Amino acid sequence: MGKWTRRGFISAGVIAGGGLIVGVAIRPGNRASELSKHVTSEGETLLHTWVKLDSNNVVTAIVPHAEMGQGVGTALAQMLADELDADWSLVKFEEAPAISEFANYPILKGILLAGVDMPDIVVPTVDGVLIRTAQALDLQITGGSASVRTTGAYGMRVAGAAVKEMLRIAAAQAWQVPVDQVVARDSQMIHEATGRSEPYSTFAAAAAEMTPPASPTLKTPDEFKIMGRHVQRHDLPSKVDGTAIFALDVRVPNMLYATVKRAPTFGGGVYNIDDTLTLAIKGVVDVVRLPSAEVSAMVGGFSSVESVAVVAEGYWQAKKGMDALNIQWRATENDAVSSDSIFAQFDRDISAAVDRQPDVSQGDLAASMANAAQVIDADYRVPFLAHACMEPLNATAVVKDGFCEIWIGCQSPLSFRQAVADSLGFEVENVTLNNCFMGGGFGRKSRPDFAIQAAQLAAKVGRPVQLIWSREEDVQQDFYRPAVQSRFRGALDEAGNLTAWENTYVGKMEPAEAPLIPYIVAAKEIGHVASPTHLPLGPWRSVDHSQHGFFTESFIDEVAVAAGQDAYEYRAARLKHLPRQLAVLRKAATEAQWAVPLAPGRGRGIALQESFGSIVAEVVEVTVTDGNLSVDRVVAVIDAGYAISPDGIKAQIESGIIYGLSAALYGEITIKDGAVVQSNFHDYGSVRMSKAPTIETHIINSGEVMGGAGEPGTPPIAPALANAIFNATGNRIRQLPIKNSALKV
Amino acid sequence: MTVITVNGTEQKLQVDPTTPLLWVLREQLQLTGTKFGCGIAQCGACTVHVNGVAMRSCITPVSAVAGQAISTIEGLAPSPDELHPLQQAWIDEQVPQCGYCQSGQLMSAAALLSKNPSPSDADIDGAMAGNICRCGMYSRIRKAIKSAAGVATVRSRPG
Repeated sequence: MGKWTRRGFISAGVIAGGGLIVGVAIRPGNRASELSKHVTSEGETLLHTWVKLDSNNVVTAIVPHAEMGQGVGTALAQMLADELDADWSLVKFEEAPAISEFANYPILKGILLAGVDMPDIVVPTVDGVLIRTAQALDLQITGGSASVRTTGAYGMRVAGAAVKEMLRIAAAQAWQVPVDQVVARDSQMIHEATGRSEPYSTFAAAAAEMTPPASPTLKTPDEFKIMGRHVQRHDLPSKVDGTAIFALDVRVPNMLYATVKRAPTFGGGVYNIDDTLTLAIKGVVDVVRLPSAEVSAMVGGFSSVESVAVVAEGYWQAKKGMDALNIQWRATENDAVSSDSIFAQFDRDISAAVDRQPDVSQGDLAASMANAAQVIDADYRVPFLAHACMEPLNATAVVKDGFCEIWIGCQSPLSFRQAVADSLGFEVENVTLNNCFMGGGFGRKSRPDFAIQAAQLAAKVGRPVQLIWSREEDVQQDFYRPAVQSRFRGALDEAGNLTAWENTYVGKMEPAEAPLIPYIVAAKEIGHVASPTHLPLGPWRSVDHSQHGFFTESFIDEVAVAAGQDAYEYRAARLKHLPRQLAVLRKAATEAQWAVPLAPGRGRGIALQESFGSIVAEVVEVTVTDGNLSVDRVVAVIDAGYAISPDGIKAQIESGIIYGLSAALYGEITIKDGAVVQSNFHDYGSVRMSKAPTIETHIINSGEVMGGAGEPGTPPIAPALANAIFNATGNRIRQLPIKNSALKV
Repeated sequence: MTVITVNGTEQKLQVDPTTPLLWVLREQLQLTGTKFGCGIAQCGACTVHVNGVAMRSCITPVSAVAGQAISTIEGLAPSPDELHPLQQAWIDEQVPQCGYCQSGQLMSAAALLSKNPSPSDADIDGAMAGNICRCGMYSRIRKAIKSAAGVATVRSRPG
């Protein structure tokens, strides 16, 4: 168990066997030298776990999230700086080092309290008690669209407010004036009666000796000065001149380069290697077999299977060496598996419905079906998908004298550090992880298999090694978004009202609510059957919402068509109990001029999905000419509670839409002989400039609990597009990607 | 020995002449702004200029560019304290997200504007077709190119 200290960071522990733990979310004022040495340099004072102040009055927000494109540092710094009443031009941010003291406990709080109304007394307190079942304790995860709504809302704002109060008290003491006469403004402490004004940094040392306030007062939205305002991202100047350092750009003295290959058929291993030709290539240093490594449940719970690496003086020699390597892989029981056999299995398992587990069971389904005026059935399918981050997986490692240092871009630095330590048999304290900018993440960089490979290689070779996966390996050895089949039956009464909704699908991941529908229906029965395959699976932007959003929002469209009613009006009529959803849907329809008729050959579709605490509706406009599909325009509306960084949210929605559009139009990983068929961007397609629609994003600040932005833009795009295609052509898309339909994309 | 000129500086290289320019830039010359994305000229992350023309350095053997003038993202700005108009537009429009593809996007866009100062939407579609952005920032890239070129940013829509 962790222990309570007067001003230290509370690190709660795990009770063996998975019992409850009680810890403290955050507690400001940690000036323990243990932390300070990791984040401060000369002239800087650590005022809080996440705030430091230097002698030039520059505030640095120490952000316990990784930057994978979402601009997280900027949004979190806005929250901290606003509560601190800092001058925005004097605010910087840096990513927290991968040590557990910087774990973003508020994420746990967010997960734990998701959808729960917290008593007001708990929300702003820095001593808010965190209770959760024991799983991975050290979290520094970037995922679940959680950074702003958890770390920001429960962490950064509280930290900023607490530090401001400490500085005010320190100023009051120095000036011998009452605290309530000291005003904080633009990084200056001001005493108006005497005209005194000093920068925050003057009082940093005194504040650092202080016990932080238990519950600092947070601003109300009308007091916000930096939150809700458009500010430029801090990280962009380095991303336009080539100076931003991604993991692939790390250079360590005496470094070698390597590339790896695993058995194409998942679960396979090495039978025999002939490396004669490889070792004859100039610049090739070694061919190394890397053993499989079990990754504990604490950090993902999977097996990083055996791989073969070629180590060389440069990547090109390593790649040539890999191409020349003659590897015979062991036969596996999955060598005959294909996409067809997988979908046949899904179909069979849904039909058999053995061990069907209900998600929701409500009303009298049998009666509604029996009394229906009309019953419609449909089966939907989506394929496996790879993540295809722009930056191929890579990591650089040094292993020497019982210590390991690794440079990587990852979404979960603490669990990666643990996995590397476990694979080397080191104590975690002897592993240092440097997290770099990520060239995309999308869920893939939450799995530490490539970190383990790099560490194993560096240990074997005895020199620093930069491991670079080829794009082919990246596409063929992913943790894939699951392929899913989903079967629906809907019942309508004489008036077209939806009276029953029955849905069975294969494979349940998370979030649990992904297949649920918001619409009023008399009876519903939603459930799943297990139908495992041999593919390794993992989170993919928006996780299960990306599949179920397509299924449910397409099928409700089919229901509306069967009822002979307008797709938007039909949805709206069934959302009267959910005013936020209704408002988002209405605004999307209004902004898209839903009621204005389109020319022949053009079509509009709409979809709505709540995910990660945000509600998003999208309207897509398409043109179909001689079978050629053009996606012309997307209008998106998001209610994320409150937009801290409006342009940041818009950018995330645009990104989520294009990512989902790439998947809807082109994305598929197919299986032949147990292995992935696709290998690179020529056959795993992506939306390019000429195919990118114009996107208009509108934000509703409802003032409700904050939701995420990184993922919620993705789920509605595929169904809104498919519904638009139906509207334009009368052809219903029930399988993705659309490139496999009669349409040319 | 292979001699190339990179960002105005002559470089004498002792490398396997079949080595793609990309790896020479990144590993020999430590110019890591040019990125590896696919290795088969499908994504454009490795785009550089050879004699002012956008080329994919991941499939260009260094021997093929011997004696020629290469410029990379590190050489795009006219001076250390001045940005190229496209770089400034990229910041103004808040284009990059993860940023990994942006060196290549900028080099493709710069090659376009150098021969076509007022590109149409179709010109932009053509010049940028080889550059993938998995973060999907295409509409911002389009806007930024137009703003750097000083042309109207309204995109015509069908219908």
